[in-house]
Amino acid sequence: MSEEKILLAHGSGGKLSHDLIQKLFLPLFLNPPFEPLDDSAEIPDQKKRLAFTTDSYVVNPLFFPGGDIGKLAVCGTVNDLSMKGAIPSYLSLSFIIEEGFPIELLKKIISSIHATAKVAGVKIVTGDTKVVEHGAADQLFINTAGIGWIKEGVSLSSKNARPGDAILLSGYIGDHEMAILSQREGFQFQEALKSDCAPLNDLVQKMLDVCPAIRCMRDPTRGGLATILNEIASMSNVGIVIEEEKIPIRESVRGISELLGLDPLYLANEGKLICICPSGAEGDLLKVMRSHPLGKEAHLIGKVTEENRKKVVLKTLIGGHRILDMLTGSQYPRIC
Amino acid sequence: MKFVDEFRIQEIAKGLIERIKKASTKPVQLMEVCGTHTVSIFRYGIRGLLPEQIRLISGPGCPVCVTPNSDIDLAIALCRQKDVILTTFGDMMKVPGSTSSLQKEKAEGKDIRIIYSSLEVLRIAKENPEKKVVFFAIGFETTSPTIAVAILRTKEMGIPNLFFLNSQKRIPPALYALLQLRQVKINGLILPGHVSTILGKAPYQFISKEFSIPAVITGFEPLDILQGIWMLVRQIEENRSEIEIQYKRIVKEEGNLVAQAKIDEVFEKADGHWRGIGRIPESGYRFKEAFQTMDARAFDVEVEPSKEHPECLCGEVLQGIKIPLECRLFKKVCHPENPIGPCMVSIEGTCHTFFKYQ
Repeated sequence: MSEEKILLAHGSGGKLSHDLIQKLFLPLFLNPPFEPLDDSAEIPDQKKRLAFTTDSYVVNPLFFPGGDIGKLAVCGTVNDLSMKGAIPSYLSLSFIIEEGFPIELLKKIISSIHATAKVAGVKIVTGDTKVVEHGAADQLFINTAGIGWIKEGVSLSSKNARPGDAILLSGYIGDHEMAILSQREGFQFQEALKSDCAPLNDLVQKMLDVCPAIRCMRDPTRGGLATILNEIASMSNVGIVIEEEKIPIRESVRGISELLGLDPLYLANEGKLICICPSGAEGDLLKVMRSHPLGKEAHLIGKVTEENRKKVVLKTLIGGHRILDMLTGSQYPRIC
Repeated sequence: MKFVDEFRIQEIAKGLIERIKKASTKPVQLMEVCGTHTVSIFRYGIRGLLPEQIRLISGPGCPVCVTPNSDIDLAIALCRQKDVILTTFGDMMKVPGSTSSLQKEKAEGKDIRIIYSSLEVLRIAKENPEKKVVFFAIGFETTSPTIAVAILRTKEMGIPNLFFLNSQKRIPPALYALLQLRQVKINGLILPGHVSTILGKAPYQFISKEFSIPAVITGFEPLDILQGIWMLVRQIEENRSEIEIQYKRIVKEEGNLVAQAKIDEVFEKADGHWRGIGRIPESGYRFKEAFQTMDARAFDVEVEPSKEHPECLCGEVLQGIKIPLECRLFKKVCHPENPIGPCMVSIEGTCHTFFKYQ
């Protein structure tokens, strides 16, 4: 391929499209017996419960500390499947590329997708590439859809929380949004700030192995911990109390939040999970989480209550209480 | 985090609350002047920890909130000029003017840039010599020294295309006006820590001398605020009215003399226009003669006649006369996604704080 930039013709379905797919995509995404050039992939019937999800990725900048749009596109969809307790198996991968996008960068993104899919143990079995005129899209957007299989006996839902349940958080919050923000605004830290972008499926399955009765798992992406807990409280018609001092937040994230007047409880994460489990199961779960690289800083952060239904209450550092509402007002655009 | 965690320790908080409870014998209303205090009070649930007879009311200390509509309209008129780049602090973007906002103008393609430091405007002006760069400068005494330095540097470096739309405000004259109006009973004032870092104690003496009201210059961490409240309650119970400093780790009696000198070099006192309160003598600044060529108010632009939403209570909320819950627009029409008044826009606005934490 002699061209260095993506041309409109790369998305035309003709020779250049064919070359792009043959030379760039196929070497990485050939997964026999799947035939990626067919119009759709055939998924053999596994006679299990199927989970199916899709998400689009428009993050700006495309490359950020701790990840890139490709890694994010795999992790985001893998994590959405994982939060249903599903074992993610197959992903679709679609690009919308702005004319003139450097092929070298596309290669980097594709190999990041390949590497992340390998780590997550998922296969990319179908895909599409469209090229739009200069200015009709900002550089490159990705959509992935995913299919996973839910094991017998597993039933995770935001409707399942019951009074008395324990609430676990898998680690430091706010890293992803703060990494993107600092990259964009040019903030410098002593301790390098990295996105937490990671596939959570392995951690989730290990947790379900020790406690299949887990009620609910959610990954606190846009809107952060506070917004997701509000969704759970509302959908399960329960109250939630969390303790500020138990919530792990990095010094750098806290520092810049203080400076800019941001609340880390509302910052987006891409490799963290909230787990609601029956009271008594938290000890075993925390042990499993803390022995996993993605759950080392896991904490019990609160509990589900009978009172304050549909509300999230934060016990503050000095012992006061306040209601934690959903995210309102501004949030930084295009963080995922 | 150093210098932060030490001031959020639960055991010490409990001790302070006990002392406040022991010392307090009668109902009192304390006004926290500064929006940063309001946010901290809500964020840490401080109201709920205090005895019921101690009532905290929020004051006018949010620079975004007190910026009058007419200045927002002027900024909008300026940004509509083809050769103008308007720069401002982020919170100003959403503040509604009479018919538009800077955010709406930006969406329509006007060149408006959010800055984090006053000195960034120098870089923007140098990078865009063919444009007129206007800095919409708002803030209290905390921000004024940095704006003054930006103006001094502009002159030193001979940057011809940088102008300042000055809408800065001075806190002590506003407090004087508020106390003189006597619209709301105030038994004690929690004075702003960072404004006082610049000013020191002297400009507040009238509070105790003319109005016999105790006041404490207070820091922003929860333990600072609790200690400040305890110091106020003690003054009230002992029938004292003094200006005390709780925030001693930052605030000196005489303030920051270097910063004060920078302000004096560039500005002189002038009447200020406060949203909802109106004109307050000497509560603003105007350029000294040597710097008047940088005044963006001299631009010849047509500004629309200023009008505010008739039901918006921001003015009363800023003076502590009403609380947001008494406003008919609050939460129904006016919310952070669709702010009607500036108190719902700024993260330190009382309405925004009530919306977020109440």
